[in-house]
Amino acid sequence: MSSDYEFSDDDNEFFDDEDMFDATQDDGSSDEMDMDADGDDFKITPKNKRKSYEIEYHSLSQSEVEKQMREEVNYICNILGVEPSTASLLLRSMSWNRERLIEKYMDNPSTVLTAAGITLPEPPSSPLQNPIRTHAASGSSSSSTVRRTTRSASKLLGLGSSSKSSPTTRTSPIVQHTTPKYTKFTTKPDEPFVCPICFDDAPNLVTLSLDCGQTFCINCWNMYIVSKIRDEGEIAIRCMAEGCQLIAPDPFIHDVLFPTPPADASAMSVNPQDNAQAWSRFQELLARHFVGSKKDLKYCPYPGCTNTVSCPAGASKFSLTTVVPTVFCGARGIPGQENSDSSLGLGGREHKFCFGCAVEDDHRPVVCSVAKMWLRKCRDDSETANWIKSNTKECSNCQSTIEKNGGCNHMTCKKCKHEFCWVCMGPWSEHGTAWYTCNRYDEKAGVEARDAQSRSRASLERYLHYYNRWANHEQSAKLSRDLYAKTEKKMEDMQITSSLTWIEVQFMKKAVEEVEKCRMTLKWTYAMAYYLARGNEKDLFEDNQRDLEKAVEDLSELLESPIEAEVIPSLRQKVTDKAVYVQKRNEIVLEDTANGFLEGRWRWNVTVEGFDEPDKSELVL
Amino acid sequence: MASISVRRLSKELSEIKSEGCPTGINLVKADDFEIWWFTIEVMGDSIYKEEIFTLQFRFDSGYPISAPAVQFVITDGKQAPIHPHIYSNGHICASILGNEWSPVLGVTSVCLTIQSMLASNKSILQRPTDNDRYVQHAPSNPKKV
Repeated sequence: MSSDYEFSDDDNEFFDDEDMFDATQDDGSSDEMDMDADGDDFKITPKNKRKSYEIEYHSLSQSEVEKQMREEVNYICNILGVEPSTASLLLRSMSWNRERLIEKYMDNPSTVLTAAGITLPEPPSSPLQNPIRTHAASGSSSSSTVRRTTRSASKLLGLGSSSKSSPTTRTSPIVQHTTPKYTKFTTKPDEPFVCPICFDDAPNLVTLSLDCGQTFCINCWNMYIVSKIRDEGEIAIRCMAEGCQLIAPDPFIHDVLFPTPPADASAMSVNPQDNAQAWSRFQELLARHFVGSKKDLKYCPYPGCTNTVSCPAGASKFSLTTVVPTVFCGARGIPGQENSDSSLGLGGREHKFCFGCAVEDDHRPVVCSVAKMWLRKCRDDSETANWIKSNTKECSNCQSTIEKNGGCNHMTCKKCKHEFCWVCMGPWSEHGTAWYTCNRYDEKAGVEARDAQSRSRASLERYLHYYNRWANHEQSAKLSRDLYAKTEKKMEDMQITSSLTWIEVQFMKKAVEEVEKCRMTLKWTYAMAYYLARGNEKDLFEDNQRDLEKAVEDLSELLESPIEAEVIPSLRQKVTDKAVYVQKRNEIVLEDTANGFLEGRWRWNVTVEGFDEPDKSELVL
Repeated sequence: MASISVRRLSKELSEIKSEGCPTGINLVKADDFEIWWFTIEVMGDSIYKEEIFTLQFRFDSGYPISAPAVQFVITDGKQAPIHPHIYSNGHICASILGNEWSPVLGVTSVCLTIQSMLASNKSILQRPTDNDRYVQHAPSNPKKV
């Protein structure tokens, strides 16, 4: 049913990497880049074709999401023959699963309506006589002692405070109906209405109640609804009466927030601006709830962004073992939509995130589950591992990890009582009486002990090898951004003092962006390589990784070279050439890895969710 | 116009003064509309027999739309009752003080709830299991937890 919005066919793929890139450029320099690229040896992928490491998706603005919601609501209205506001509450209570809703509703409409907070529960066998019973009936699910005592106490209160207002609040305790109609109770002239919350008894007080008939003044409703929406982010706003399970339908909320005729501003406790804000926040919360309920939709995680991404290809658990669904929410503007204005763009940077996980916004080329596993390992292990590596040794007999925090080199293992020398790791018995020095470094037993130790250290070393490179690329990416900020300043100064044009001093920008992007790729290739099982596939992967790393380091170095006006033309040529080369290398790594996932070519040395169990010989502990 | 809380509290206060508190509950002080103190005592046969506790209410302008901050006073030799839902710093774990608060509830109803919470405890003279950890990190206002 979302086919109306399908525009991600090959001809106009909007979030192709190339396009993204060009959007940051002025036309002149990017054209030149492309010309340079044409001269390159590498085959150039046609621009608008989706690459294997890119996923098909499209971005939706909030209004488009709301349109989808309305369509779902209308669908339910037509099938179940209910009002839109009822249909909406029903869908929300079923997490927008319309098939389940229809099935359950056909089965037992009153249960579904009660669970959705639309109607009151069926009255127990005997007719209700006073409002207190209603509370007891609706609180049937309470289990803990606190809750139980809470309820019983509130009954006592109910008697106290409702004694004055019950004649007006309780006209018809239970009304059987399927469409929520809220009633505006007018005060009877002989029994002046007193709002049980604020005790206001002004004669012209506007009062409202949901279908339960428990009436409160509009000011209290207003403050309550605004506080629920603004402070608690709540969309299911229950009746203010204690224990009442009815939920205020949208038209009720709208009428409270935008009263007709407009309320006298001086009499309102909440100003109209807050009301309007609460209403728009409410709409946003509804859209978020809808998006959160749908597997193929995700809300942009960037603060303040209200866009949504629809990515059916990245929605299933299985698909996450074959693709890395990196998406952009379209914060720079969703093409073809009228509200793709600048108000969405935050500082001109696109909102990139992974549709499959919250690990990191772009962890290509490695799939979500492996990225997650790696980060968990890093969080758990890195600091500890580093500390262990630099501060401890293992007992050469029982391999217990030992920290030497003082004393001489004659160690006695606390666990196995083995006596050894901290310096050479050989048994102490060979040391004779040389108590405080070790001159026996090459003794056979000592060499053997050190061998055993190095084997047990190997896995730690292996991990640190990958971790340090992983962390290094992240750090370098940061540094290159800082460097660029400085360079940019210098170049702009130069533009003023020399004859260079603006376009001519912009070539660094693309190069820095490219370096940053490639470092992110490199970073994650180390996470991937750590888990890849040994073999030809891994060798090829590491070859590609090495080529990219070499190219990136070369370009990085070039970016750090001193900039003087006279060397700019030659520097520019070099940087531009290198940047294109780096871009191609990056594409090769991404594409080859993505294809590998699609072909099921990668084998792991640990168990990875969704993949085949690794061969026993490939397991690394 | 923050007067809704003031109007509501003055109404509650005048009701308490004219009709008196429920048995076992007494108003100690209500000099302003920010902090009120009550003493609370469990009547009849109870493990808290003859013990008198002091309950403190703190109101902000959001009252009664949002719940008051309610806790036992533990200064000047006063003690919080020993109960599986009451922490040694006086904080109380009760649903109506949190997400089950309803604006129709009021000061006396909260007192009654807590009184009945004490009365319904027949044997367990114990702090909550996580008491030490909670008390160490708890903010002074129980609503900020």
